[in-house]
Amino acid sequence: MSYFTPSTVPADPLNRHESAEIARARQELIREPYVNNERSAAWVGDHIASVVENPAPLWWWIAVGIAGGVASLAGVCILYLITTGVGVWGENKAANWAWDITNFVFWIGIGHAGTMIAAILYLTRQRWASGINRAAEAMTIFAVMCAGVFPAVHVGRVWFAWYMAPIPNGNAIWPNFRSPLLWDVFAVNTYLGVSIMFWYVGLIPDAAAMRDRIKNKILKYFYAVICLGWRGSARQWANYEFGYLMLAGIATLLVITTCTVVSSDFSTSVIPGWHGTIFIPYFGVGAIYGGFCMLIILLVPIRQYYKLQDIVTLRHIDLCCRYTLLMGLFVAYIYGMEFFIAYYSGNPNESFTLLHDRIFGPYWLTWDLMMIFNCVIPQLFWSKRVRRTPWLAFFIVLFPSIGMWLERYVIIVSSIHRDFLPSSWGMFYPTYIDVLTFTGTFGIFFLMYLLFIRFLPVIAIAEVRSVLPEANPHQPPVVIEHNQGGSHD
Amino acid sequence: MTDTPLVCSVGSGQMPKKLYAVAAEFANPTALYEAAEKVRDHGFRSWDCYTPYAIHGLDKAMGLKKSWVGVCTLVGGLHGLIGGFLLVTITSVYIYPMDTQGKPYFSLPAFVPILDLLTIMLAAIFTLKGIILLSGLPRLHHPLWEWDLFSRATHDKFFVVIEAKDPRFDEKATVDLLQEMGGTNLTFIGEE
Repeated sequence: MSYFTPSTVPADPLNRHESAEIARARQELIREPYVNNERSAAWVGDHIASVVENPAPLWWWIAVGIAGGVASLAGVCILYLITTGVGVWGENKAANWAWDITNFVFWIGIGHAGTMIAAILYLTRQRWASGINRAAEAMTIFAVMCAGVFPAVHVGRVWFAWYMAPIPNGNAIWPNFRSPLLWDVFAVNTYLGVSIMFWYVGLIPDAAAMRDRIKNKILKYFYAVICLGWRGSARQWANYEFGYLMLAGIATLLVITTCTVVSSDFSTSVIPGWHGTIFIPYFGVGAIYGGFCMLIILLVPIRQYYKLQDIVTLRHIDLCCRYTLLMGLFVAYIYGMEFFIAYYSGNPNESFTLLHDRIFGPYWLTWDLMMIFNCVIPQLFWSKRVRRTPWLAFFIVLFPSIGMWLERYVIIVSSIHRDFLPSSWGMFYPTYIDVLTFTGTFGIFFLMYLLFIRFLPVIAIAEVRSVLPEANPHQPPVVIEHNQGGSHD
Repeated sequence: MTDTPLVCSVGSGQMPKKLYAVAAEFANPTALYEAAEKVRDHGFRSWDCYTPYAIHGLDKAMGLKKSWVGVCTLVGGLHGLIGGFLLVTITSVYIYPMDTQGKPYFSLPAFVPILDLLTIMLAAIFTLKGIILLSGLPRLHHPLWEWDLFSRATHDKFFVVIEAKDPRFDEKATVDLLQEMGGTNLTFIGEE
């Protein structure tokens, strides 16, 4: 640091330009605080709890109404599908997987970013993530629930779906544990279960905080039950912290396992365009990419409408955008690698699917849009100004969100609609039931999310408090400087 | 039942019939941390600090040993791994052998994802159980909840509570110790 002149030394008038540079450099070196405006622990609690305590704003009721209406579409469509048959979807002999699995992979992908933020960023001591991990984990749970709808109903006779569970049954049949589709059943259920547990553990201290402050009798009872009688004793905190660390490690392993298993649904088959070892990292980064986009879509309105800008700061949005950009670059790299391998392998079927049919075939438009949305548009995030303009970031990430859905569509439909034998080629066109079911899952997702922000603290109160400067016992309280980020001795 | 209150501040009012602990409030994490070190050095065992959030290093200041939750995770993981292994092996090899694509009945590589996922699932369940049970939860009631001020232990207050069952506990000396360390709002907490 000896390069920088102390600020008390007056700037040399002959050297004004250089000192401006130095001032700018010093400004760059100052770490932004985790919570802006020097807010206190009490303020953090009051402010986050106020989201639950204050009467629901009008927009919340309107949003719930819309989301509920849309969610009921999914209910009606699924009921229609179960009572009629999977033929109400557009699948056919050529493309027997289409929107159902596309939607499944899309939603499960969104689920991955939540655990990525909560677990991997926790393990790597990215303490800024404490401001957004609760929101991200909730996103995970609801997205995995939406994802689970599709594989459950696409089996056709849903009432036999329980055959997938390894339980003794009257026919003495056991599942085939060598099948990637059964791995998928285990992966999705484990993912849902572990995500809920991880989320719940983080929720215990905050539920206790809500129990101790809320006036409403019914809600008080609700929080008292879910916090299990938490008192916040240091012995409890020691178990909590250690257990949270363990769960973060487990969840990290699980993110990798789940995207591996979901990608194995495809890569263990011999269909051109699916049969690639790159699918495992491909699905991993694709999932996190889509998930970060969805997280930005959720966070920008929440921080705006609930005035949480001091906790979910511009820096949080900035960092989410950077992750989006990073994952977008990974995805672009993998697209490129797929082309290269298709060309380099010399496999005619592989080359046909990847280098010809996807680009120039009947689904060229989805491919073009996928490329533009996933690889081109996120490049705007190289600009700091764009990353720090929340609503602009919100608008931008809508494109990769759609793009990631298109990616799964391209992978699934454009691979199987023309496979090895031209006589078995065909086309897939979605029916309106396809469209309405998928739209309906957005309703389910947003409805559950709206209920979550209404009844549970949307931000992890205790965790945000513990990253405040005043929470550090090794420095004098009250004195708050800006350059003290990252101290955890 | 009785007229004696369960909570009374030190130096005023009637002592609770059966004393649970004496509690003191500290102004901030730094004061609490220093107090915790002193209480530890006095050799107390049945005592605790109450904070709205985890304070880094407080467990060391209190002389707490490493949490046992990690052991729970390991045990759960082993349950999942061994149980999963038995599940897939017994069903796929003995109970319901199924010839799929000429793979051997005992095809361990193809079982790995299932074993991995069951290990993760059971490890997570045991970790959650460990956190809850090792923390003495779930708990329907606690003597400290009789104290009105204690509801702010989850908000903005920091407390040290020394329990009466500790062999070194002495009504007078412990209160003096807490006062000396800068504790305020000293209170006797009773239990029924």
